[in-house]
Amino acid sequence: MDDRIRDVLDQHGRLGVDVGKLDDRADLYEAGLTSHASVNVMLGLEDAFDIEFPERLLRKSTFASVDSIRSALAELSVQ
Amino acid sequence: MTAPVLRSEPSVVDLASEISAQVVAPAAGAVDQEARFPREAFDAIAADGLLSAFVPRAQGGRGASITELVAVTEQLAKSCSSTAMVYAMHQIQVACLVRHGRSPALRQLTHELVDHQLLFASATTEIGIGGDVRTSTCAVESDGTHFSLAKNAPVISYGAYADAIFATARRDPDAQPNDQVLVACRKDSLTLEPTSVWNTLGFRGTCSPGFMLAASGDAGLILDDPYGDISAQTMLPVSHILWSSVWLGMAGAAVDTARKFVRNAARSRPGTTPPGATRLAELMCLYQQFEETVHSAATRYDAIRDDVDALSSMNFAIGMNTLKVGSSNVVVDIISRAMLIVGISGYREDSEFSLGRVLRDAHGAALMVNNDRIIANTAQLLLVAKD
Repeated sequence: MDDRIRDVLDQHGRLGVDVGKLDDRADLYEAGLTSHASVNVMLGLEDAFDIEFPERLLRKSTFASVDSIRSALAELSVQ
Repeated sequence: MTAPVLRSEPSVVDLASEISAQVVAPAAGAVDQEARFPREAFDAIAADGLLSAFVPRAQGGRGASITELVAVTEQLAKSCSSTAMVYAMHQIQVACLVRHGRSPALRQLTHELVDHQLLFASATTEIGIGGDVRTSTCAVESDGTHFSLAKNAPVISYGAYADAIFATARRDPDAQPNDQVLVACRKDSLTLEPTSVWNTLGFRGTCSPGFMLAASGDAGLILDDPYGDISAQTMLPVSHILWSSVWLGMAGAAVDTARKFVRNAARSRPGTTPPGATRLAELMCLYQQFEETVHSAATRYDAIRDDVDALSSMNFAIGMNTLKVGSSNVVVDIISRAMLIVGISGYREDSEFSLGRVLRDAHGAALMVNNDRIIANTAQLLLVAKD
């Protein structure tokens, strides 16, 4: 799952740093994730994992790190 | 601890209403013509302590809600759009300071705001960022004790008259463009080099030319929360609500003018319904919707002002975006309809029913943070937001 999350971040996150070298807990917003790019990341994740983020997960904090994205996906029962 | 409310203390809205009629209205024409800062208005506003209205009572302010600030702003806008917009923009910075400033230096600034009725401006746009205020090129340089900052700002409203300018910048020279902070640049260690003049169609009294800003000071003047959070929870929603209240007041002034005109016409020919009366009735429907929209947005904000999750939600962001776009369009519509009712008397510059100034001002609404940018942002949010 981590690799696929990082793939989505690499494709849509437009980060200012190498996604592969980011710590799981590194703050993605500090790494350059804009609110515009974060919407594309959400869309990319919804497509990659065939899920829909419910409103309660559409928070800045949900997409703050690889870790927090993983927790959100786990909450949606993604293996 | 909350200070007791004195029974004789007039409400902030009553104070604003009085100032609007007695001080703001008589100067509004000259402020517009000369494109000058509404000094007399702000002397009166300061004398009544209204610049610190939003500061909690425990810290010496009036503890006003956003709903009350909306009413104050609306009152001022009925007489002078520029005065009301300057007041709104100041309160937006006060809200950021009160809600996101915890350091001793920022608490000190709040004390001085209360005691000396300081005026706060902001520098959020920057040359070279394409109008996206959520990115910066300039960066704060700080050794942890002192900071310095240089920013090329295309617009700083009433910058030359402000006691502090709240500027956005990257957190440090290595930070990404969106990793921003908000820093209070105090007048005593601030230089402003004008780079343009402010000669515009409307809102002429906001005196908003470009400046090269160079500031330094106590590193504690950097607001404690990241600008991303300040923007989502305070600056953006409070801006859109208070700007909308300026436009609501302007629309209200035009509606009042139309009502007065129709009443006069009715009086001169009793028994005959004046031609503008039906149009006025239609206009009232639109104005009432506008009023409800702005007031309910303020109520919504006050209800969730301490709920970070609700403030950070996508649906709230969409709601605040649509408020701004809707309000900035409807203000032009309402004033234009009022002009049709009043006719040539509204078009004349020398009549008591003149609507020229407020119509010119109204056309600025869609441009201050361009509606096209906000619509594009909303369209993007709608791709993932659920109902």
